[in-house]
Amino acid sequence: MASTTLTAPAPRGYDPAAAKPFLEQFDRVKDGLPGAGLSWLNELRSQGQARFAALGLPTVKNESWRYTNLRALDKLTFQPAAETGEAVRFDVLPTVRADGATGPRLVFVDGRFRAELSSTTGLPAGVELLNLADALTRKPDLVAEHLGRIAAPDDRTLVALNTAFLADGPVLHVPRGVTVDETIELVFVSVGSEAQPTAFHPRGLIVAEAESHAVIVEHHVGLGSCTTLSNGVTEVFVGEGASVHHYKVQREHAESFHLSHTAAKVAGKGVYDNFILTIGAKLSRNEVNSVLDGEEGDTHVSGAYMVRGGQHVDTTTFIDHAKPCCTSREVYKGVIDDQARAVFQGKIIVRPDAQKTDGYQQNRALLLSDTAEIDAKPELEIYADDVKCSHGATVGELDDDQLFYLRARGIDKAEARGLLIGAFLSEALEEIAEESVRDAFQSYVADWQNVR
Amino acid sequence: MIEIKNLHATVDGKEILKGIDLTINPGEVHAIMGPNGSGKSTLSYVLAGRDGYEITEGSVSFFGKDLLEMEPEERAAAGLFLAFQYPVEIPGVANTTFLKSALNAIRKQRGEPELDAMQFLKLVREKTKALNMTDEMLKRAVNVGFSGGEKKRNETLQMAVLQPKFAILDETDSGLDIDALKIVAEGVNALRSPERSMLVITHYQRLLDYIVPDHVHVLAFGKIQRSGGKELALELEKNGYAEFGVNEAA
Ligand SMILES: Nc1ncnc2c1ncn2[C@@H]1O[C@H](COP(=O)(O)OP(=O)(O)OP(=O)(O)O)[C@@H](O)[C@H]1O
Ligand SMILES: [Mg+2]
Repeated sequence: MASTTLTAPAPRGYDPAAAKPFLEQFDRVKDGLPGAGLSWLNELRSQGQARFAALGLPTVKNESWRYTNLRALDKLTFQPAAETGEAVRFDVLPTVRADGATGPRLVFVDGRFRAELSSTTGLPAGVELLNLADALTRKPDLVAEHLGRIAAPDDRTLVALNTAFLADGPVLHVPRGVTVDETIELVFVSVGSEAQPTAFHPRGLIVAEAESHAVIVEHHVGLGSCTTLSNGVTEVFVGEGASVHHYKVQREHAESFHLSHTAAKVAGKGVYDNFILTIGAKLSRNEVNSVLDGEEGDTHVSGAYMVRGGQHVDTTTFIDHAKPCCTSREVYKGVIDDQARAVFQGKIIVRPDAQKTDGYQQNRALLLSDTAEIDAKPELEIYADDVKCSHGATVGELDDDQLFYLRARGIDKAEARGLLIGAFLSEALEEIAEESVRDAFQSYVADWQNVR
Repeated sequence: MIEIKNLHATVDGKEILKGIDLTINPGEVHAIMGPNGSGKSTLSYVLAGRDGYEITEGSVSFFGKDLLEMEPEERAAAGLFLAFQYPVEIPGVANTTFLKSALNAIRKQRGEPELDAMQFLKLVREKTKALNMTDEMLKRAVNVGFSGGEKKRNETLQMAVLQPKFAILDETDSGLDIDALKIVAEGVNALRSPERSMLVITHYQRLLDYIVPDHVHVLAFGKIQRSGGKELALELEKNGYAEFGVNEAA
């Protein structure tokens, strides 16, 4: 284990002191974590622990965290999620399915799997959908082969933190050539505790073997108003010619912190589509990394966000064109009201080998108030010569002429604004290929508007 | 119906309307002609309630109410309609969604029941057909990618659906081909009734062959310089605006 003496010089852009409360907890809980008997897993967790101990939390001096300040986390001491004694009751769990329809679904409450709310109905033979804690006993080889391979703990400090504490989360394995017709839903509920702020570190693993297809929707919601920190990591392996459509909607409550890192690796002719709709949380950051690791791969990394009040939303993407003839497309649109703040950092790298790359990135924000703010940082690093790459960023306000035109036809100001905001976001939502998902996300957008 | 008295309006401190007096009674069609930049569109925007104009003097009463105190949507609900000289494009909002929102918003403000999807579709199909428009144009985003003439037809469609009591047509004829002009004029004439009035702004007397006005006014330099019957339009067509001090060559 690495030493954590306070005299060691702090690397620039990190605050190792912030690691302390988490490390103390780690020492307390590590022996009780699932799979604690597996030596490779203990090794992985120790690597995470050591890395996090050395770095701590990032500060705004860190180039990648310039616009998102995690100091608020410092002021709170998060405890690991306690085993909820009496089962938390739910009237309705979020779904993109039609009323009354059922399908494959895993539910996690404060990071822990809830079997009685979950189901694997509708999955074709051979498809594995289970929680990580179980997978460590039932499918240890599958997990050992993939876990920590794309999102390595030496990579980023929050990934390291997640790796140290990793305990539970969704695991999906789709065998070669299998198409999962039913949308797989992953529901994450943040509840927390009245007693103290609660942290959990969900860890997901999605493995789609060659020529397989799956559609996954993650719902992140909050219940109550206790302070919670969700620090999730998901690794996605997309095999040759496979396709994974990975959608996520985050509607946590106003006292929650939502940090998430999704890392995908796409083999030749594979397709990885990611779309994230952010509505909730006090502070959220979604990092999405997609590596195009084989020829003719394709990745769409898009999203929409709507924030108001004092919310902060950070979208940080990294598209790595490692091999020739791949395409990538990013469309992000966001609406920012009140004093809310948005950050968009989009990096595309085209490696020397990646000729015939086609990359597109667009990031547009609509500011609804004078105090709303966006910081955008697109970055293109191109080392190949035969590439087509474009990016664009715009920041605007609602158009007065359009507003007047609508009002002159009898539509009141609030509804006219709503129509224009909806129209603005719809361009991003159209990136969602599945109609049922698109419609559900569209309705979350409408709900957000109706709250005003 | 509408009574405009000594209306003065400025834009960015520049006086554009310099004392307009105009009264339009139920059932009447008035035409306004006048040189470019004389203030015709400004008058129509002021009546519809667009921001950016300062009313420095005068009043407008609409069915006995102070029009200038009302929000644009309240004016629409009270029965005022402006067919824009330059219809606005709204990407991402389908024409049908827009029309339905508008119609139901107006019905709601008037305390009438909203139309459901079926009732609305039936109504709008009928009006679309009468104006020789395609269903495809209804599905498209409002005015986006519409040709100049299609935009004007779309304005007429909105008017036909919303059935206003007082319509201002700001150069609805410009950009229309001869056949479209007839169709649009028929659409407008279909709305003519003893309760409805219109203010038709045009540069061409030809439109007035189809929509025959009761009164014609000449607006120049922010004021109505002369009023007369429909023969005034013919006279203007022949002589231009020279007699009002406008240099045609300029
Ligand atoms: N925002 C503005 N700032 C300054 N001047 C303006 C503004 N809007 C209009 N004007 C001026 O007001 C005058 C009247 O314009 P208006 O559009 O009412 O003319 P019009 O009679 O409709 O002309 P046309 O026949 O060309 O349509 C013009 O000189 C125009 O330049
Ligand atoms: Mg004009």
